[in-house]
Amino acid sequence: MLSLGIDSGSTTTKGILLDDQGIREKLIIKTSSSPRKSLYEVYDTFWSDAVGCTVATGYGRSLLKKANRKITEITCHARGSRYFEPNCTGVIDIGGQDCKAIALDEKGNVTDFLMNDKCAAGTGRFMDVMMGILEADLEDLDDFVINAKAISISSMCTVFAESEIISLLANDIPKGNIALGVIHTIAERTATFYGRLNLCGPVFFSGGLSKSKIFCRVLEEYLGQSIKTDVLGQYTGAVGAALIGYESVE
Amino acid sequence: MEIRKELPEIFKSFSEARQAGFISAKNFKDAGNPLIGIFCTYFPQELALAMGAVTVGLCASSDETITESEKDLPRNLCPLIKSSYGFGKTDKCPYFYFSDLVVGETTCDGKKKMYEYMAEFKPVHVMKLPHSQDQVAKELWKQEIIKMKEVLEEQFAVSITEEKLHKAILLKNEERKAMKEFYGLCRQDPSPMTGMELFNVLVGASFDFDREALPSKIRDLTQKVQEEYQIIQNNEIKPRILITGCPMGAATAKVIKAIEDNGAVVVCFENCTGVKAVEELVDEHNPDLFGALAEKYLNIGCSCMSPNTKRFELLNRLIDEYKVDGVVEMTLTACHTYNVESLSVKRFVQQEKGRPYTYLETDFGTSDVERINTRMTAFIEML
Repeated sequence: MLSLGIDSGSTTTKGILLDDQGIREKLIIKTSSSPRKSLYEVYDTFWSDAVGCTVATGYGRSLLKKANRKITEITCHARGSRYFEPNCTGVIDIGGQDCKAIALDEKGNVTDFLMNDKCAAGTGRFMDVMMGILEADLEDLDDFVINAKAISISSMCTVFAESEIISLLANDIPKGNIALGVIHTIAERTATFYGRLNLCGPVFFSGGLSKSKIFCRVLEEYLGQSIKTDVLGQYTGAVGAALIGYESVE
Repeated sequence: MEIRKELPEIFKSFSEARQAGFISAKNFKDAGNPLIGIFCTYFPQELALAMGAVTVGLCASSDETITESEKDLPRNLCPLIKSSYGFGKTDKCPYFYFSDLVVGETTCDGKKKMYEYMAEFKPVHVMKLPHSQDQVAKELWKQEIIKMKEVLEEQFAVSITEEKLHKAILLKNEERKAMKEFYGLCRQDPSPMTGMELFNVLVGASFDFDREALPSKIRDLTQKVQEEYQIIQNNEIKPRILITGCPMGAATAKVIKAIEDNGAVVVCFENCTGVKAVEELVDEHNPDLFGALAEKYLNIGCSCMSPNTKRFELLNRLIDEYKVDGVVEMTLTACHTYNVESLSVKRFVQQEKGRPYTYLETDFGTSDVERINTRMTAFIEML
């Protein structure tokens, strides 16, 4: 049997198709102004008679009427993280519009979680907006900050940080230094946020920013411990959704 | 079968009591009775009852007047203070309008400074509430209550005799007992009513101005709910949630809705909208009436107390009695005392009681409804 998991995020919509052998197919698309359309685009790409269960997660999850189950991104990220890192007891996810920290017991059950409060501070979107001001692509983040020296950015509000960066540019500060400064700001905030859960075991880091090696290194610095990531880390929620669907049918 | 038709009507009458109360407040006033507006559960309502007056809660819970209040007050102040001030200033709240005197207490810093401005457009008396609960504090509070009595006597040209006050103590205790029996129904598993129904009665009852008849009205409802519960035999087992934290009103009922729309049931409100101020009675046998009032009221476990041991004693008991599966703490933005104390509550619930806990900071707006839904659903999935 195949199981389909779809994660309707604010920035991207992810789909994972898996069976007892593991992940079979994956797809990531930009979430359009109609998240329903993006959800169905992924659904239509993967759905066939062989799919025994569809689970939707993410902020747009309720829009997929054809889903067998709708489960929050907290539960799905917890399950997906265990797939990539079976021993982790902590999860950090930096998504497009929110940031999550999850505590797991030895069996992988969620025992506590935190989500950031209604603003873009410390999220992927924050990094994205700042890179936009620096006229650089988020995908090239690692190359952009090679040999850079981080400059301190004190604003965490996206709007204030934007004006702070504009004044730094006016002072001829190299763009790479500014970008690295933004990385430090987000990483420090994320580590403090995660610290509220008081965990000490292995931690899995998911979300789009987990693809950046520099970001992971800086985050490790602030956390004071190493983190686990996966090349498919951006799919963690969708993987978790597909696994929960698979397990509920089997 | 009669009950089944009647019950929704009774619940409806309580949930609409606040709106309907505008007219009964006017009638009450037209009959020559004073109305005293209060902001907090620390005010001894027996004083008002003893002089034939009625108290009405002025704690606002809508974001309608926040913009107006921000002309005078800082933006990063708790929404309850801003909204309450705004309703007073704009005269948009009939209860505020009808209040002959507004009584405030020095509970939190925001409120006590706000009252200074409120006094510019409304008669305000502020009671100096101590922030600890020892004997010295109780003596201070007793003196404040006596001073309050003298203010009322002078302003309304009445005499609050010991006899009248004792009668009021008995009456208010009856109301508390009736309310305890009512919310105590939710100790049963499954709960005989939803948290929203419970909440509407808790809030609605305070807008019923016939305080003499209120206890029997509540008891009547209690009996009907219990009778129906035994007929219907609802066996749906749901995770049982206790809500603690800041006071709740219409705008923050969004939290109850998010919990109950996503598969759980609220069985207890520990906050001052619910159990906190009702649970302990005034000692009817204490000949020192003011001492008895001071004892009861100062024992209320609000986060403005330090240390606030009473809150934890109450939580400890409620979590067991109501067989609580998870605790949700709702605080208002910029309510420093509750926000700071949330760490102690988290530690207590998780470590001492071994129950899951989650914390939610919100305001009177609706922009975070979806986020609250996701958090509450994730919390319920965790249970």
